[in-house]
Amino acid sequence: MNRNQNKITVVVTILRVLIGWHFLYEGISKVYNPDWTSYGYLASAQGPLKSVFTALANDSIMYWVDTLNMAALVFVGITLLLGIFERIGAIVGIGLLAMYYLSHPPFPGLTQLNVEGNYWLVNKNLIELVALLVVYYLPTGRKFGLEYFRNRKLAKTDAL
Amino acid sequence: MKWTRRDLLKGLGGLPILGAVWWAGAASIVGKRRERTEILQQLNITPSLPQAVPGISGDPIRVGIIGFGIRGEQLCRSLGFATKEWIADMELATRENPDNKGLEDFMNQEKLNVKLAGVCDIFDVKAERALNSFSTSDNTIKRYRTYQEMIHSGDIDAVVIATPDHWHAPMAIEALENNIHVYVEKPMTHTIEETYRLREAAQQSKAVFSVGHQHRQTLSFRTAKDIVDKGTLGHVSLIQTNTNRNDDNGAWNYEIDENANETTIDWEQFLGTAPKIPFNKNHFFRWRKWWAYGSGLSGDLLTHDYDRLNCVLNMGIPDSVMASGGVYTHNDGRNVPDVLQVNMEFPNFSTGSSQLRGKEMGMTFCYSATLGNGFSRPTILMGHDATMELGNRLTIWPDGGSTRYREMLENEKMYPGTPIYQYDPGANSPDAISSATSQYFADKGLMWTYINGKRVDSTFLHMREWLSAIKNDGTVSCGIKEGFEEAISAHMAGLSWKLGRRIEWDPELEIIKPIEGIDLDAVLLSNEMVNTDFIMVS
Repeated sequence: MNRNQNKITVVVTILRVLIGWHFLYEGISKVYNPDWTSYGYLASAQGPLKSVFTALANDSIMYWVDTLNMAALVFVGITLLLGIFERIGAIVGIGLLAMYYLSHPPFPGLTQLNVEGNYWLVNKNLIELVALLVVYYLPTGRKFGLEYFRNRKLAKTDAL
Repeated sequence: MKWTRRDLLKGLGGLPILGAVWWAGAASIVGKRRERTEILQQLNITPSLPQAVPGISGDPIRVGIIGFGIRGEQLCRSLGFATKEWIADMELATRENPDNKGLEDFMNQEKLNVKLAGVCDIFDVKAERALNSFSTSDNTIKRYRTYQEMIHSGDIDAVVIATPDHWHAPMAIEALENNIHVYVEKPMTHTIEETYRLREAAQQSKAVFSVGHQHRQTLSFRTAKDIVDKGTLGHVSLIQTNTNRNDDNGAWNYEIDENANETTIDWEQFLGTAPKIPFNKNHFFRWRKWWAYGSGLSGDLLTHDYDRLNCVLNMGIPDSVMASGGVYTHNDGRNVPDVLQVNMEFPNFSTGSSQLRGKEMGMTFCYSATLGNGFSRPTILMGHDATMELGNRLTIWPDGGSTRYREMLENEKMYPGTPIYQYDPGANSPDAISSATSQYFADKGLMWTYINGKRVDSTFLHMREWLSAIKNDGTVSCGIKEGFEEAISAHMAGLSWKLGRRIEWDPELEIIKPIEGIDLDAVLLSNEMVNTDFIMVS
């Protein structure tokens, strides 16, 4: 039982690091590219929430939409990679992925823009979202990450 | 408290990963941007800004419309006057598709200082349509039965001519001789002889003369000129332009009005100098299909492509033209070809060379058209150093064998398949365009241009330029010189197709080289299809 749990911890830790890696790289790629904007992505939104997303692609708020998106991506990346506040990071990540999924949902009858594979209802955004749920429910920062120090300190205090 | 190495690894293990990912992301993006900047600096292309025109102040210019058909109505909208019928149609279209911005664009269009003072149309339904929509209690619009009446009325300062081709020159000449300003649709003329008379009239007149090649206002074309002038493409040896349409409207089979008959149409006046034939609705509404009134692909659509390129390259009249084609897709009694290939030769023209002096000189302009297929073929300028696609968007690809970019290609800073420059002023303007024909014009940059990301009707800009020139004694971008070059080039293409032989231009004498025993104008006007030694001057 214990051995099995260790394995789960190791696997979830790897999952956390990989998702953090992915978010951070996406975020950094945007931060360092002043020409980047989510305008096209939002303006071409489809599905039931199309109007919500196209409304975001408005000149007056575009700057904030872009900045918040970049900040959120980097925040998720840092928390998951460093293993601190990882549950907050996971929730923010789930929020972002839910928006990405809903703005271009892989529903039958909708044209899939800029996708490299074939999807029906389920796509990689949705899978990554569920993977973040796992990260949320099985925090691993205390085993690998900055939370470890807090954990250790507590353990020492306990021992005293 | 003592930290072991194991503790540090477990606590801080994420830190080097974070650093690595951050560095990799930043380095990759910054590196790409640096390469891009290097290329752009080398190209040094400056996207054009809209041209500022002096205001049209003072008393409004009194404009008369001659010909209130499909194009006449469009031109009126560019002047700020839309018919009630059009507004109703557009309201319906907007309700069906909220992305349709036609009406919104029209409502937001800047108001020009003009007064619509008269309309001349020989079909009662069209003339009444104009009066019904535009004539108000404070501005009554007069209907003139003939263009002469309008020109000599003393109530008109400027005329807009949107009639069948065979009426363009007679009307424009009459107006210019009376110092009435003229905006005439393309092609500027219908015969060679009247092209010279119109040039003479425009040069002698105090009035401002403008040809309706509205794409001269398209910003991407101005940018394209800068690109070519800076030698970005190297020596351009071949230009490929095309017409691809596959619908009734595109093949000039316009709707025949149910109220058309001999009492509602002044048939004699329609015919003018054309061969006298009995009343024929088909000829009246679909005049573009017969040489007697129109000029088919060479006058109607080649002129657009020719002038688009002449505005970018200023290459002038070709030394020679050869054309071929036939009536292959719409065998419905028309005598203008519906499939046409035109090769124009410019042996002494060059856009500049990056190679040994004298190695490169000369260019072919190739126009290829069919009315039986709608596959969109782009306009391409093929240079030794790069290829440019020309439309509302501009894209430039370096050529694998380029001399100018050899080093950058070798250092893998450029790749032949990857554009080195893209200009897309309308990238942020998603839009819904419905008809195939309007899409055809829009892709070519013939319908609108983009200023600060906003879509602007290029015909509006073109007319504003003309009106501004009238008020401020200014110049127009498509005046008599450009119109003369367009008309002669189109006539050479028409002649070559009809005669099945090479037609040559004498730049010294400024004439189409005569062919013994053949009256070129008679050939041009002839409704005969045969293209072997016909119409011998007796």
